[in-house]
Amino acid sequence: MELVKRVLAGERLALARLLTQVENDTPAGQAALDELFPFAGKAHLVGITGAPGTGKSSLVNQIAQLFRQPQAGMQPCKVAIVAVDPSSPFTGGALLGDRVRMRDLAGDPGIFIRSMAARGALGGLARSTAGVVQVLDAAGFDLILIETVGAGQNEVDIVRLAHTTIVVEAPGMGDDIQAIKAGLLEIADILVINKADRPGVENTTRALKTMFELGRPGRVMTGKHILQENETALISGEEEHSGWLPPILTSIATQGEGAGNIVQAIRQHGKYLKLSGEWGMRERGRLQNELEDRLQTALVARWRSRLPDEAFQSSLADVLERKISPLQAVAILLNFDVNYEEKN
Amino acid sequence: MSARKIRVLIAKPGLDGHDRGAKVIARALRDAGMEVIYTGLRQTPEMIAEAALQEDVDVVGLSILSGAHMVLVPRILELLRANGQENVKLFLGGIIPDADVPELVEMGVQAVYGPGTSTVQVIEDIRKEFLGAAEG
Repeated sequence: MELVKRVLAGERLALARLLTQVENDTPAGQAALDELFPFAGKAHLVGITGAPGTGKSSLVNQIAQLFRQPQAGMQPCKVAIVAVDPSSPFTGGALLGDRVRMRDLAGDPGIFIRSMAARGALGGLARSTAGVVQVLDAAGFDLILIETVGAGQNEVDIVRLAHTTIVVEAPGMGDDIQAIKAGLLEIADILVINKADRPGVENTTRALKTMFELGRPGRVMTGKHILQENETALISGEEEHSGWLPPILTSIATQGEGAGNIVQAIRQHGKYLKLSGEWGMRERGRLQNELEDRLQTALVARWRSRLPDEAFQSSLADVLERKISPLQAVAILLNFDVNYEEKN
Repeated sequence: MSARKIRVLIAKPGLDGHDRGAKVIARALRDAGMEVIYTGLRQTPEMIAEAALQEDVDVVGLSILSGAHMVLVPRILELLRANGQENVKLFLGGIIPDADVPELVEMGVQAVYGPGTSTVQVIEDIRKEFLGAAEG
């Protein structure tokens, strides 16, 4: 396809247009995803999630800038950013405001920012975010930062998409019971307490530290120590038995403080995933999930298209009158399909 | 789920710091079911054109109260065209003297909305223009 060739050649307008096709799930977009699939799978996908207003966009702004600075002996990373914001449940409209915090990134041809509306999806990402990320991956971006919708406790889709998940917290967001609940905090490979100039940062750090240490008694989980420890483990190959220790880092994103540590932790985690073989495992898990999801959607759609609407409506009417339960209706409809096919 | 959404970039070029109008329009377009990308204050023409490109928007709305529109607008139009986005519609809001409007329209600005314009009017125009473009 013409558009795919232009995307692979690095044309930014073609890339932007293809992302729209993929986002709208058009036939052209689907065909392009098929064509681009063999080219993807190289980028380091990093998710940034956390409650609204904790400073995710400002952190992305800082992290992207640091990754653009050339490292000794390495090419500077090409960085893509996918920023998801919520859609209105009433009108379907959206205000996508993450770019406001990313103005420092303007004018850099090695950076591409795309805003997305969640369009009714509930897991913190849009349905087509994975597709958009795949296109950016195939287009040659080395690092893809995926910023989720402001997340509460259960918007954990990002962990299925990203290799590395950063959870951003701010001081004063809850006590130690919040910290031991399942969900968002559990998925962190790197935990960042942003707005560290606010009061209460010590309490928040302590609560989160306690939570993490419950799982790994006796390990120091905060600040520079853990970065040192992970680095030593990476060099000595010790990570095989100790595993990854999620660092708890503090930052003040609006002043750029602490961003360097976060970038170091992202690089370490990338190395760790590759050395330990977890990169491959996560990739496998992700693709298996995607395959199963797509299979389910396709099967339901195919089956539903064969079921006459009258049959569905009459079962629905029975459910409404409480003659049968929804579960019984499903059994009847599944049988109906078989009988219907046999008769015809 | 192949829903085509109208994507609009709302931007404030130049140095004036009054973004109330831009926010009112952004909010109104959101409530009309559009996806609005808001860039914030003090954007250069280059930043606006780059955002319009990366976001693949259908429409760009600029709010200018500084009086610099006769410099900023041609530059932004030029950059949009240079990027291959000649089909993107551009509208203006803010304080634009009536005398400048014909020249702005001549340059390729779709509409100029002064103070007191109803948001319903803006929404209708965008839908008509957008749909017109889609048919043509």
